[in-house]
Amino acid sequence: MTTIDAPRSPHTPATATRKVNWEKWGWIYMRASGILLVVLIFGHLFVNLFLGTGVRAIDFAFVAGKWASPFWKVWDVAMLWLALIHGGNGMRTVINDYAHGRGRTVLLVLVAASVIGLIVLGTLVLTTFDPCPAGAPGNLVPSFCPVNSK
Amino acid sequence: MWSWVLHRITGVAIFFFLLVHVLDTSLVRITPEGYNAVINTYKTPILGLGELALVAAIGFHALNGIRIILIDFWSVGTRHQKLLFWIVIALWIVLLAGFAPRQIINIIAEMS
Ligand code: HEM
Repeated sequence: MTTIDAPRSPHTPATATRKVNWEKWGWIYMRASGILLVVLIFGHLFVNLFLGTGVRAIDFAFVAGKWASPFWKVWDVAMLWLALIHGGNGMRTVINDYAHGRGRTVLLVLVAASVIGLIVLGTLVLTTFDPCPAGAPGNLVPSFCPVNSK
Repeated sequence: MWSWVLHRITGVAIFFFLLVHVLDTSLVRITPEGYNAVINTYKTPILGLGELALVAAIGFHALNGIRIILIDFWSVGTRHQKLLFWIVIALWIVLLAGFAPRQIINIIAEMS
């Protein structure tokens, strides 16, 4: 059990330890990432679901067109990391509130594994993406692809 | 209390959506045809309503998240927490009033 000092008690060994206070940094992270995510997610939803014909405009060529610009690649990779870590840390809070013992450990490991797995997958997809895959028909890929310039 | 319940439910729901959404987007790295086939299901009327619910959920979570941050850091935030809650609800209604017509037009266009 962690000991919690009485309110307003002076610095005692329990509060003055030199260890990193991970709970505090987690708390700060939830707020800092939250502010950045407001911009990143609302911008993402506005461009993908609101502008033009909204969701009906989305297909491979739409994504490839966006990722042709480093701006949207950086945007999406930042959103991927910030949102998954924010959501994963939030899920940890929720799990700690309701689950106990073995079940709690299993759930925490599942959340951590999904977060790490999807960050790795998403980052690889974004960094190795090819907007003009070999053999893909011209009508499915962006207009700037070589198949479309013949 | 209700703001906390809603913040928690929307946070968990968005997390599960995000797990699926990273997976479906990753199909762009496999084939254009595969990605298009899966993303086309997002355009069906049922998932069209799903997107509306998703925007409603993330809109509430984000606005209420800003409220939580203001309560934590703004000297008078705690005193005005109730007023801030009603501002969250008002901005949330404005957000949905902007997005719902766009989405409903899409759903109808997709059905006909
Ligand atoms: C759009 C911008 C967002 C903002 C401003 C925001 C803000 C916040 C804040 C301030 C908290 C409270 C943390 C605490 O009490 O220590 C929180 C909790 C949480 N957030 Fe977010 N968040 C955002 C996006 C997201 C996203 C995208 C997800 C999912 C992937 C998410 C999932 C969660 C979860 C699961 C919790 C824990 C809920 C609880 O403890 O009851 N949030 N968020």
